[in-house]
Amino acid sequence: MTEHLCDLPAHEQVRRIKGGEISAVELLKSTLERVDAVEGRQARTESYTPNPTDLEKVHAFITVTRERAQAQAESIDQKIAAGEDPGPLAGVPLAVKDIFCVKDTPSTAGSKILENFISPYSATPVKHLEEAGAVVVGKVNLDEFTFGSSNESSAFLPPVGNPWDPTYVPGGSSGGSTAAVAAGEAAISLGTDTAGSIRQPAAFCGVVGMKPTYGRVSRYGLIAFASSLDCPGPVARNVTDTALMMNAIAGPDPRDATAANAPVPDYCKGLTEGVKGLRIGLSPDYFKLKYPDPETGELIEQPISPEIESAVLAAAQTFAEMGAEIIEEVPMPNTHHGIPVYFVISRVEAASNLHRYDGVKYGYRFPDEEENLRELYKKTRGRGFGIQPKLRILMGMYVSAEQYEKGHYERALRVRTLIRDDFERAFDPGGSYKLDCLLTATTPTTAFKLGAVYGDSVLMQYADLLTVPANHAGVPGLSIPAGFGENGLPIGIQFLGPDFSEATLLRAGRSYEMATEGEAWRALQPKVIGAL
Amino acid sequence: MPTKAKGKAEQAITVEIFNHLVDLAALEMPSEEGEYLRKELNEQLRAIRELEAIEVSEDIPITSHGVPYSAAIMPSLREDIIEICPEADDILEQAPEVEERYIVVPDIPSEALE
Repeated sequence: MTEHLCDLPAHEQVRRIKGGEISAVELLKSTLERVDAVEGRQARTESYTPNPTDLEKVHAFITVTRERAQAQAESIDQKIAAGEDPGPLAGVPLAVKDIFCVKDTPSTAGSKILENFISPYSATPVKHLEEAGAVVVGKVNLDEFTFGSSNESSAFLPPVGNPWDPTYVPGGSSGGSTAAVAAGEAAISLGTDTAGSIRQPAAFCGVVGMKPTYGRVSRYGLIAFASSLDCPGPVARNVTDTALMMNAIAGPDPRDATAANAPVPDYCKGLTEGVKGLRIGLSPDYFKLKYPDPETGELIEQPISPEIESAVLAAAQTFAEMGAEIIEEVPMPNTHHGIPVYFVISRVEAASNLHRYDGVKYGYRFPDEEENLRELYKKTRGRGFGIQPKLRILMGMYVSAEQYEKGHYERALRVRTLIRDDFERAFDPGGSYKLDCLLTATTPTTAFKLGAVYGDSVLMQYADLLTVPANHAGVPGLSIPAGFGENGLPIGIQFLGPDFSEATLLRAGRSYEMATEGEAWRALQPKVIGAL
Repeated sequence: MPTKAKGKAEQAITVEIFNHLVDLAALEMPSEEGEYLRKELNEQLRAIRELEAIEVSEDIPITSHGVPYSAAIMPSLREDIIEICPEADDILEQAPEVEERYIVVPDIPSEALE
C-alpha cells in the first residue's frame, strides 16, 4: 500500500517535519490532493438537487483555505530552516468546524444567515492551535448552528457523507470534522460538543473525539448555541494526537469569563502508563434507552444495539486483563432525563443567542427595500434561518414564557442537578463507587442512512441519549473507536470522568489502543480511501 | 434508537399560540413551513412532558452550568481599562449597509402616543 503523508498520525507528521524528513508544504500538498480526490462537488446554499455521485463523496468542507494554508506551511518550513521551534503541532493539517471564527475566512455556522460573514478575528482555541504550528486547511460543514446529529440540516449541501460508506450520515453536528479526519483530509479537527456533537460523529466515523470539561477550553470566537453546554474540543485519528491538541487548546482566557483558571497538565505525559488500579465503572443505565413511545407518550425501554453492548463489555474485559478494576451496576438513574432536559435548556439558550441575527450588523440581509426595521428583521430571519434554528427559537420562547409553560425552565435546571448528582456519586472518592471513569457506549446504534431520521426532530435528538448527560453535568468525555458493526460501520466507546480528569480518560483510551493495536479491524480503511 | 413512528400529535401549541411566537421571534413564515414546525414543536413538547413526573422539591438547587466555579478556578476579573479595538473597520465592513461609518437601517416602527 502506498503511504500518503496525509494519512500519518499528527504526531508522526510533526516528528518527520521537525526531523527534516518532509516539509510542511509537502504534507499540505498531500492533504490537498486527498481533499481533491474525495470531496466531490462544492457544498452550496442554492437549491440542492441530489445526484448519485454525491453518495460516493465526503463533502466535508464549506471552505478550503488553500492560500492561507500555503502561507502557514511555508512559514513553518522557514522556521525550521532558521533553527526556530515550529511548535508541537508543526505543519499538522487542521480542519476547523465552521462554527468557529477564523480571521479573514467565511465563518458561516452552516447557515445562509452567515453565508457571507468574513470573520475579523480568530477564536481563542483556533489561535492557540495556529500558534502551536497547525495549518488551517479549511472550514468544515456542520448542522446549521450545530443544531442536529447528522449534518443534514446544514444550509450547505450536498450533505457530508460518512467516509466508511457515504450513503450513511457522519453524525453531527461536528460531522464535517470527523469525516474530514477519517478521510485523511486533515489530521486533526477542532469541533464543538453541546449534547454529544464531537463524540457521536467521532463514533460514527471511527475517529477519536473529546468533549473537555465545561470551561476547560475557551469559547471565545465560538458562534454560540447553548452557552452553558457548548464545549470546544479535539477530533483526531488517535488518542496521542487528541492529547497534543488538548495541550494547545486548554487553559484560561481573559476573553471568556467561563474559561476555568485551573492548571493545565501535559496531556501527553503518562499516556502510556496503563490502567492498573484504575476503577472503571459500568452502568446498566447506559446499556438501555428510555424514551417516550411515539404513539402513547408512555416511557418505554429498549436495549442498545447488541453489537455495541458487546464492544463495551469486551473493552471492559480488556481493561480488567490490564489490571483495572471493573465496578459493575453503577446506578445513573437520571440518564434518561438528559434529552427532555436538553429540549428545554438548550432551546432557551439558543433562542436567546439567535436574537442577534437581524440583517443589520453582519451576515445576510433581505435585499429589497423594506418599509420598516421590523419587516426587515422578519424577512431577513425568515429567509436566512433554516428549519432547525427556527424550531429552536420557537421552542425556547415557548418553554421560557411564563404564560404557557409555568416553571418548565426552572424544573429542567433542577433535574439538571439530579443528572450532575449521578456523576458526583459515582466519582466521589469517599463514596460507594469511587470511580476514576465510567465506560459506556458512545451511541445506541452505528451510523444511520442519509435521510432515514432527518425531519423527525425528536427521534434525531435521541441519537445523543448517551452523550448529553455529560454536557448537563459539565464533565469530560472521550469517544474512541472499538471495532465495527455488521454493516461495516464503526462502533465507538465512551469514557466519562470527573471534572478536569481529561488526562485519565486519555490514558484509558491510549491503553485500549495499545491493547488492541494488533487486531484486524485496526487495519481497515474507509471506503472513500480504498476507492482511490 | 426509537423507531420512526408518529402518533396523534399533542396540540398544546395551537395555531394561535404558534402565530404569536412567530411574531415575537420576528420570523416571516410560509404557511406550509409553519404547519411542519408546529407539528414538530408539539412532538418535542411531549418529550419534555416526561419531566413533569419527576419530583423536584425546592431544596434541589438549580444548576445553570455543570461545573461548580469554586474560588480556586474562578477567573479573576479583568482590570477595567479602555482598549482601542484594532478591528473596528473590519467589523464595520461586515455590516450590510454603511454610510460614513454609520450602519443604515429602514425606519424604526413607532406609534404616536396620545
